Order: sequence, then structure tokens, then C-alpha cells
Amino acid sequence: MSNPKQARSSYYESSARARIAGLLEPDSFHEWLPAAERVTSPHLATLEQPAAFDDGVIIGRGRIAGKNIFIAAQEGGFMGGAVGEVHGAKLAGVLERAVRDHPAAVLLLLETGGVRLQEANAGLIAVSEVMRAILAARAAGVTVIVAIGGQYGCFGGMGIAARCASAIIMSEEGRLGLSGPEVIETARGVEEYDSRDRALVWRTVGGKHRYLLGECDVIVPDSIAAFRQAVTACIDNGDDWSLAALEREHQMLAERVQRFGACKDGRDIWRELGWADPDAIAMLDNDEFVAAAHGHRAKNI
Amino acid sequence: MTIENLKYRFDNGTTTRGVTAIVGVLGSGNLEVLVEPAALGGACEIEVKTAANGFGAIWHAVMKDFFARHRVGDIRVSVNDAGATPAIVSLRLDQAIETYLAQGRTKK
Repeated sequence: MSNPKQARSSYYESSARARIAGLLEPDSFHEWLPAAERVTSPHLATLEQPAAFDDGVIIGRGRIAGKNIFIAAQEGGFMGGAVGEVHGAKLAGVLERAVRDHPAAVLLLLETGGVRLQEANAGLIAVSEVMRAILAARAAGVTVIVAIGGQYGCFGGMGIAARCASAIIMSEEGRLGLSGPEVIETARGVEEYDSRDRALVWRTVGGKHRYLLGECDVIVPDSIAAFRQAVTACIDNGDDWSLAALEREHQMLAERVQRFGACKDGRDIWRELGWADPDAIAMLDNDEFVAAAHGHRAKNI
Repeated sequence: MTIENLKYRFDNGTTTRGVTAIVGVLGSGNLEVLVEPAALGGACEIEVKTAANGFGAIWHAVMKDFFARHRVGDIRVSVNDAGATPAIVSLRLDQAIETYLAQGRTKK
């Protein structure tokens, strides 16, 4: 089923198209609004900026582990995966189509800095439409799975959109947050947050921290094969779209503020979660980390 | 910033079956190349949109070399460029044409 050529390839290093090719069964991908249709950004053209043929996002349907799914993949290499009007409409469109067609899941491979500043308001509206479309898909019984493991992370409004999904899969290299490190440093100063301190960045927004905080449901090593396996498991697990699940989530979030509100650093949170040596966490490989994290996450359900 | 639009046409290429292919990414120092089949009487038409102005002569040389290497006709090549070097452009063009032809061989 899996493509042997892709078995060992890095998710982090791959382009959006390579990720789709590696995750889906060979030749099962059918793209909607492909590059040749040239549905490009009208705003970038007005600003005389180069516009990608697919506006930096690839959408379509395909098969994974024998199941028919819809998929969208943001290309971080084009404007940092930022969401413009067309880009956002493609993301929302694939989710809205899922409400009608009920695929086994919608898989969103997110890699984005958030709203595309050149398209300001149109981009902001697009992101809010994506959030609404994710919730509409879940309400219609479609599992929405987010994967984060690219160079540019998942930030801005799309960070919120990611948390609207049924499940989030991350690698250690993945980053998830609202304001990105550079944004915080620019707004609040380097004393507040040094965006060049990579260890600080990863223990604030990195995959391991998000897993321990309970925002990321599955953490995987950086390979397309590992992501594929996790996606398959998440499809099988389905989605808990119940009032009880929502209340559990709210309770977890309320407890989190209580427990960690005074913490100044990711390390303080990890200590509070019962890790005797927080500095050792960064050095653990994925399996060791997942085993050691048992009972030491903010989410234990 | 303005975008420079360059167009080239090379005649007497060989008509070869292929399937629309896109390679590369429109990111800094990189480019994306789209190759599509087109009934052009054996010609190869190339359109380049580039953020780096004033390199028309170099683009022409790179495209002439590209056509000399492959001599594929009845195709339309569209390039979005964000300041890639000539070597990168040549590699991407080769990758695009190879993908186009390989897909043509495997598709029934």
C-alpha cells in the first residue's frame, strides 16, 4: 500500500505535494483546482507580486489505508504558507464539500504563519471561514485531522483553526501557536522573548510541549510513514463530538490555567507535571518520550 | 516591486505524449514550473514571470539550452520565479520535463 520510496523520507523536509504523494496510496490522489487551472490570488497581482499557480495550497481527495478521505496541504515555501483569499477559500471549500460527501476524514497538512498580510481583511475572513467549516464538518460527523511537522509551524489564526479539529498530530519539530516567536519579540522586546533561542522556542511552541499540554493528541517521529500511521489510527478512533467531551476539554483548560498560570517557562510546567529532570526531555527520542510522558501530561483522558 | 513577463517560442520540437506536471515552489531563490500539453504545431512556448527584473538575456540563454537538451514540442511551459539562479532554473526545467514525460508513459 505505502510507497516504498517515501517510507523513510522526512515530513519536515518535504514539499506539500511530496507529503500528499507519500501519505496517500499511489495514484489515488485527485486534485481539485490544480495548478493548470491557475486560480491565483488577485491581490498579489494588484501588488505586482508573484503568485503561485495553486495559491500555496493543494486540495483534493485520495485514499489512505483503504479509506476515502479529503486532503489539503499548505506549502510553507510559498509566502510561509500564509492564508490569502483564494488559499482560504480552497481550505474552506474542501471542508464544506466534506459536509456534503462524508469522506472517512478530512486531513489538513498545515504549515502556515497565519494570515497573508498582503491580503489583510480577506485573509482574516478566510481563516474565520476555515474555522467555521472545520466545526461544520465535525458537526456533520466527519473527523477532521490536523498534521503539523513542517519548517514554518502552524501559527496565527490557523493555530486556532488547528485546535478546532478532532485531533492534532505533531512531530517534535512541529510548532503550534498563536503569535509566532518573531512576532512576540517584535512586539514585546527580546527581553520578553528571544526568537533566536531555539531551545526556548521549542519548549514554548514545539511538538513535545504541545503533547504534554494536551493540545497535540499524537506525537510522531519526523517521517512521512510515521505520520501516515498516526493518521490511520486517528481515522479509526473517529471523533468525539459530544457535550461530555466538550465539558472535559473546558475542565482541562480551566485546570491548566490554575496549575500553570504562574509558570514563566515550559520547564516550570514540565516540573509541575511531575518530570524530575525537565532538561532531559529535549534529548529523548520519540518512543522514550511517549513512554515517559505517560501520566505526566496535562491531559490524562 | 514589479514582475517582469518574458515569452519565448522554439519551433520544430518533437511531439511527445506527456501529462501536465508541476514541480518546484515559488519561494525565495526558487521557482515553480508548470508543463502542459498544447497543440502548437510542434513548438514549445515558454512564459516566465519573474520578480527579478533585467535578466532577460540570461533567461533566453537558459531557455535556448533547455530546448536544445530536450527538443520537446507541443508543450506550454509556465514559470513563476522568485529569483532562482540559472543553474537552479535549468535543474527545475529538466525535472519538470522528466516528470511530464514519465507521467505520459505510465498513464494509460
